[in-house]
Amino acid sequence: MTGPGSEWLDDEAGPIVRSYALTRGRARPATAEGFDMITIVSTAGQPRSGSPGIGPEHVDILEMCLNPLTVAEISARMRLPLVVVRVLLGDLLHHRLITAHRPQQESALSKERLLREVLHGLQAL
Amino acid sequence: MVSKPSENEGSAQAAPVAVKILVAGGFGVGKTTLVGAVSEIRPLQTEELLTDRGVGVDDTEGVEQKTTTTVAMDFGRITIRDGLILYLFGTPGQDRFWFMWDELSYGALGAVVLADTRRLADCFPAVDYFENRGLPFLIAVNCFDDGYDYRPGEIREALDLSDTTPVVLCDVRDRASGKDVLTTLVKHLLAVHEAETQAGASAL
Repeated sequence: MTGPGSEWLDDEAGPIVRSYALTRGRARPATAEGFDMITIVSTAGQPRSGSPGIGPEHVDILEMCLNPLTVAEISARMRLPLVVVRVLLGDLLHHRLITAHRPQQESALSKERLLREVLHGLQAL
Repeated sequence: MVSKPSENEGSAQAAPVAVKILVAGGFGVGKTTLVGAVSEIRPLQTEELLTDRGVGVDDTEGVEQKTTTTVAMDFGRITIRDGLILYLFGTPGQDRFWFMWDELSYGALGAVVLADTRRLADCFPAVDYFENRGLPFLIAVNCFDDGYDYRPGEIREALDLSDTTPVVLCDVRDRASGKDVLTTLVKHLLAVHEAETQAGASAL
C-alpha cells in the first residue's frame, strides 16, 4: 500500500489496526447504550444515501439485523471484535436505524417463570 | 399532530428474550466441545480486544491462546421456544482475562464449571470467582478415558463445595450428557431462586 499513513497498515499490523480504522479510532459507542453481548439488535430503518458516518460495515449490520441478532452474533458474523461492533452499533442507534433490546432484569416472579421455561425447553431437546 | 410514527413498537414486542449460561473451567477441559454438543448452531466465536496494552502493536494472527491483545470466546445457542433463546458462553481459559468474566457474568442465569480430574486445580479459579460473585453454578466432571475415577462426593470435598452445589459426571462430547448437565444446573438455579425468595419473604 502507498499513500500517507500506509506505513501503519502493513501485514505486521494485523487485523487490529483495521478494526479501529473502522471506528475512526473510537473505542466507545457514541451513545449511552453499552450493548451487552446478548442485547438483541433489530434493524429499524435504512440510511439515506450518503448519510455521513455510515459505511459499508454499518450497512452490513443493517442487512444482518433484519432478523434480530445478538451483539455477540453480529461480532462473530462480522469477524470483528466486540469493542468495534459496539461503536458501529452506537452509530446506528444514534441515527435511529436500529433498536436495541437489552436482556431484561426480571422481577422475582418472572425469573422463576423464565427458569421453568428454560428447563422445559432443555428437557424437550 | 404530536405523535410520532412508532414503527419501533412492533419490533419491540416481537424481539426475543435472550438469556445466558456460562461454561467455565481450565484450558482444554472441553468447554467448546460441551457448547458444541448442545448448541443448535456450530459454535461461533467472538473476540474482545485488550485496549489497555499495546493495541495495534502486536500481530496476533496465528498465535491463538498466547496473545495478550485479543480474548476469544466461543458461544452456542439453543432456542428454548419462539422468542426465548439460551446462549452458552465459554469463558476464556486464561485466568488473567478477569475483565471478560465480569462482562460475561453480568446478567447470566448461572454457570457450568467443567472439571478434569487429572487437573482438578484448574477449575479452582472459576469456583472461587462464581462463589465470590454469588452466581449459582454446578461442577460437571468431564470423564476423560484416562482420568482418575473419583466419585462426586470426593470431588465435592476436594473443591470444598457447599452441600447444595451439584456435582455431576459427564461426557462433553455427548449431546444427551450435555443436556443433563444443563437441566441439572437449571433445576439448581430454581432451587436457589426458591430459597432466596423464601429468605426474602421471611425477612419482611
